[in-house]
Amino acid sequence: MEERPQGLTAEGLSLAYDGRRVVNALDVTIPAGRVTAVVGANACGKSTLLRGLSRLLTPQKGAVYLDGRLIHTMRGKELARRLGMLPQSPVAPDGITVLDLVKRGRSPHQSWWRQWSPDDEQAVHGALEATGLLEHAERSVDELSGGQRQRAWIAMALAQGTPVLLLDEPTNHLDLAHQIDILDLVVDLNRDQGRTVVLVLHDLNHACRYADHVIAMKDGRIVAQGVPAEVIDRDLIEEVFGLTCTVIEDPAGGGPHIIPFGRHHGGRTGQKPAATTV
Amino acid sequence: MPVTDTTHGAAAVRRAGGAVVRLPRTRASWILRPRSLLVSVLLAAAVTVAFLAELAFGEMDLPFPEVARSLVGGGDSATALVVHSLRLPRALVGLLCGAAFGLAGAIFQTLTRNPLASPDIIGVSAGASTAATAGMLIGLGSGLGLQTLALIGGLGASALIYVLAWKSGTTGYRIVLVGIGIAALGASATSYLLLKAGIYQAQQAFMWLTGSLNARDWEHVGPLAVALAVLLPCVVLLAPWLGGLQFGDEIAKVQGLPVQTARIALLAVGAGLVSFATAAAGPIAFVALIAPQIALRLVRAPGPALLPSALVGSLVVLAGDLAGRRLLSGIELPVGVVTGVFGAPCLLWLLGRSNRTGSGG
Repeated sequence: MEERPQGLTAEGLSLAYDGRRVVNALDVTIPAGRVTAVVGANACGKSTLLRGLSRLLTPQKGAVYLDGRLIHTMRGKELARRLGMLPQSPVAPDGITVLDLVKRGRSPHQSWWRQWSPDDEQAVHGALEATGLLEHAERSVDELSGGQRQRAWIAMALAQGTPVLLLDEPTNHLDLAHQIDILDLVVDLNRDQGRTVVLVLHDLNHACRYADHVIAMKDGRIVAQGVPAEVIDRDLIEEVFGLTCTVIEDPAGGGPHIIPFGRHHGGRTGQKPAATTV
Repeated sequence: MPVTDTTHGAAAVRRAGGAVVRLPRTRASWILRPRSLLVSVLLAAAVTVAFLAELAFGEMDLPFPEVARSLVGGGDSATALVVHSLRLPRALVGLLCGAAFGLAGAIFQTLTRNPLASPDIIGVSAGASTAATAGMLIGLGSGLGLQTLALIGGLGASALIYVLAWKSGTTGYRIVLVGIGIAALGASATSYLLLKAGIYQAQQAFMWLTGSLNARDWEHVGPLAVALAVLLPCVVLLAPWLGGLQFGDEIAKVQGLPVQTARIALLAVGAGLVSFATAAAGPIAFVALIAPQIALRLVRAPGPALLPSALVGSLVVLAGDLAGRRLLSGIELPVGVVTGVFGAPCLLWLLGRSNRTGSGG
């Protein structure tokens, strides 16, 4: 037990739905205090990996450790005080206010005789402030825009006050400005509060720009992991997505930036790219 | 402007959306919702009035003060006889089974996250009805034997729903779908039994199936009161889990709530409440469906409004029974007919509303 590192790790993790294996014998170490992005094609098992890491899904084989302890034997509330997770597209109860939604994130810290401690107040205030929702605290979640609603859910996960936070496609269904807004928020949380954040992202360029560490998955296996600049290249994109592209330097940050080709644009038509342009 | 807005927000956080009560020098703290408290007090007052009216009105109307005096052991013996042996059991059955239906409805609707998922729709009441009808056909009358059968039917149907909805865990959605199937099955079985019954038994069974407080006796009050004495503390203990489940299974689980354990415990308690209430008074239509929805609209707070739902349930049953007895002179309508007439438009309204907001499924 003592040899296992601090933070979140998985060993030989296999996850399955109804016996159909989706994630296959993965060994993952999530770097502590960093932003990690999990990328891959649809149905490659990236959301499933997050569900496994957060105990939403019981592994078929293998194990997940948090700070050296097996998460499957931890008490529910104890795990919930250390590890937070925002699943994809959650549905809020009818008519609930932003404040009541975010308050719910404190439930692992509460009991029937301790419903609103000063810590709870501070955490909820901080989460609303960080997500820019303090002025909307008393509004109903149904009235919010898509971007605000997503921020409300993130605020709930933040209020939970966990050192490790997993976010499953937090930028889904948002316009570009709101996507960047959420990603900036993630970086703030990481830099200002030192939280370990793991995100599932669809947009590779966002992953390259915002993550310190990327995990690229294909068919339930990890194809590559590491610093975006060292890992992301043309061959990897072709292997993971079956897509030809060219990789240039991100004009805004210096990391890799992917320019995808299609049948009508870029290199050429057909399966094999002739050569890199640019 | 933004400054004042965030100040408002910060103040709301301090109040936690209600009023915070902290015990000095301890870490104990509670959130009170003034509106919920006020609604509960007013509802309790209304229930008290309806309960007294239930005791006062009948073939011989009694003045309220005399009823009250007789309840605490005073007054003349004729009044005492009427109140204690004739009207009190009826009023108590109405009070208790209304509360049980209201609570069970709130539990089922929150558990499945579906405002239409009341025990009358997802097959618990149907199970009790089928078993009770079968009992009447073999001549069990309307006493303890019948109540036991209704109880077995309701609990049996719930167990069947749970088992059939199980697929490496259950979800609220599967419980609703399987429950609707069980309800249809129960309804057809009951119809078949009625077709086979003699005219007298069929009439008696129909009366029971409508839901009525008529001729309720202490033998109906006893089991229901004992059941509530056991089940109400369970509801209080399980309430925090119920509050968590309304955010959906995944969020609940991520926040450390044992979702499957919580669901089976709450289903069992809800099924118990419905089954005992149905055993005592028959499946009084729509009370479990409507009461929690009325309560939610009155308190305007998140989460299952358990106490207000129970109070609205009692109020609906008692007021329904009074209306059934008084509205048409010479005809006494069973309470189930009144709640049915009142409930059907409410159901349509709920259906329309959930279609619009897309939360019906």
